[in-house]
Amino acid sequence: MSTTAPAPAQTGTTLLDFSDVAMTFPDGTVALHEVDLTVDRGEFVSVVGPSGCGKSTLLRIASGLETASAGTASVRTRRIGYVFQDATLLPWRSVADNVELLAELNKQPKQLRKEKAKQAIELVGLTGFERHLPKQLSGGMRMRTSLARSLTLDPELFLFDEPFGALDEITRERLNDELLRLFVEQRFAGLFITHSVSEAVYLSTKVVVMSGRPGTVVRRFDVPFPMPRDPDIRFTPEFAELVGEVSHALREGHK
Amino acid sequence: MTATLQQVAESRAAVAVPRLRRRRRRLSWWQPLVVFVLFVAAWYGVANYYDRVRHLAFLVPYPHLVLRAMFHDTLPNGTPTTFDAQLWQALGRTTVVTLTGLGVAIVIGVVWAMLMAQAKGLENALYPYAVMLQCVPILALVPLIGALFGYEFLSRVIVTVMIALFPMVSNTLFGLQASDKAQRELFQLQGAGRLTRLAKLQIPGALPSIFVGLRTSAGLAVIGAIVGDQFFQRGQPGLGVLIQVTASRLQGPELYATIIIASLLGVVVFLLFGLIGRLAVGRWYDFN
Repeated sequence: MSTTAPAPAQTGTTLLDFSDVAMTFPDGTVALHEVDLTVDRGEFVSVVGPSGCGKSTLLRIASGLETASAGTASVRTRRIGYVFQDATLLPWRSVADNVELLAELNKQPKQLRKEKAKQAIELVGLTGFERHLPKQLSGGMRMRTSLARSLTLDPELFLFDEPFGALDEITRERLNDELLRLFVEQRFAGLFITHSVSEAVYLSTKVVVMSGRPGTVVRRFDVPFPMPRDPDIRFTPEFAELVGEVSHALREGHK
Repeated sequence: MTATLQQVAESRAAVAVPRLRRRRRRLSWWQPLVVFVLFVAAWYGVANYYDRVRHLAFLVPYPHLVLRAMFHDTLPNGTPTTFDAQLWQALGRTTVVTLTGLGVAIVIGVVWAMLMAQAKGLENALYPYAVMLQCVPILALVPLIGALFGYEFLSRVIVTVMIALFPMVSNTLFGLQASDKAQRELFQLQGAGRLTRLAKLQIPGALPSIFVGLRTSAGLAVIGAIVGDQFFQRGQPGLGVLIQVTASRLQGPELYATIIIASLLGVVVFLLFGLIGRLAVGRWYDFN
């Protein structure tokens, strides 16, 4: 088990710091066990692991939806974006109104939130769809709307809970590219949960492999490819090799 | 990069816009009409049987006699009747009772459901009474209501409310609880309070079920108003009283006319509230 956490480049840039985090649910299920995890500014960390290993619980602790039952989980920013598995749009609101929702709940002035929504919609390439309702959009476009909604918070830490899991391969790849572009432009710190090893490697600066329940970190990989990334690196031998190593670690951890 | 994205977005918009207006299923008018014509023909046949063979014409009067009872104030032999005026007045009174009762049922039902949606404890405490309201044979309570609240407008409204209330309570509650967990958490993450969540998530999300309940309650309110009227013979007569009176006097055409008008009231109220629902939420919710 490699538990040597890489030291952050500069002190004070670590936005998420979990040490020895454990999570036991009231029914006695141990979801997480001694998890150490850091996410620094400018890092995009993906977590892969078998179903039910508590990956999503990590995000729920990071966002404050749940409290860890042991260990310390500190998040050093209040600007947190959270992208759910489903787009979770409100079906009676148009794209623009959905994107404005979070700023509205934070009681930001109307003018400001309109402006922010407009920018976010532009960032995810949905200009021209502002007045559409969610039911008129494809699954990919709904997810873009959901991304735009989180972008209005100017998040420093972006939490993704398998956001593209329900999408088809082509849409998923396109959204991966757009997410990378957003990451390069916006420079948030990302914590991304996924089932897909190649998605994890393609998007991330670091990949963390978790074991089955109780979930704990079994391996960490640094992804050496520079940003911005060319979509074609997915077809290079180096990429395939890293995907192979991560997959191997995943199988080992599952035993 | 943004320029290309913009172009992509525009080309997509150009494709997607024609789909904006959902094609409404065209209502076919001639098939129901055929059934209606067949029905009237059968009615003439049966009426003829009762008239010529059984000599009990008042039991099944000819359709044109029923129509005449609705719209003419004199018989062909010149005898004046005031029946059509009575009928329309009765319709007006029953409509007022229906809408008043329905209005009260909407307010009580929605408030009741919102209270229950606030806490599991409140739901546990209050829901059994909603179910009980549904189970109690309200007809058995009607004489008591009359004795307690008099035999006029107030008692008629109370009966209407009791009959129409349950669908409002249950559908509103269902709608308020239907918002999914992730959506609630989305609000929670922004520190939204209970009231904000109710106003911006639960109530808008509940509107489709509220309107389904409203449509059902509207139909029941008509029944309640007529039943109340039938029992409470005092006060100004509504359709229920008219049905009682014409039936006891063996006035076949007038009885049938009253029944038909009462049925039409039910249909109109049902359609009206269906339409209101569609106007309110049809933009984003597919009403059947």
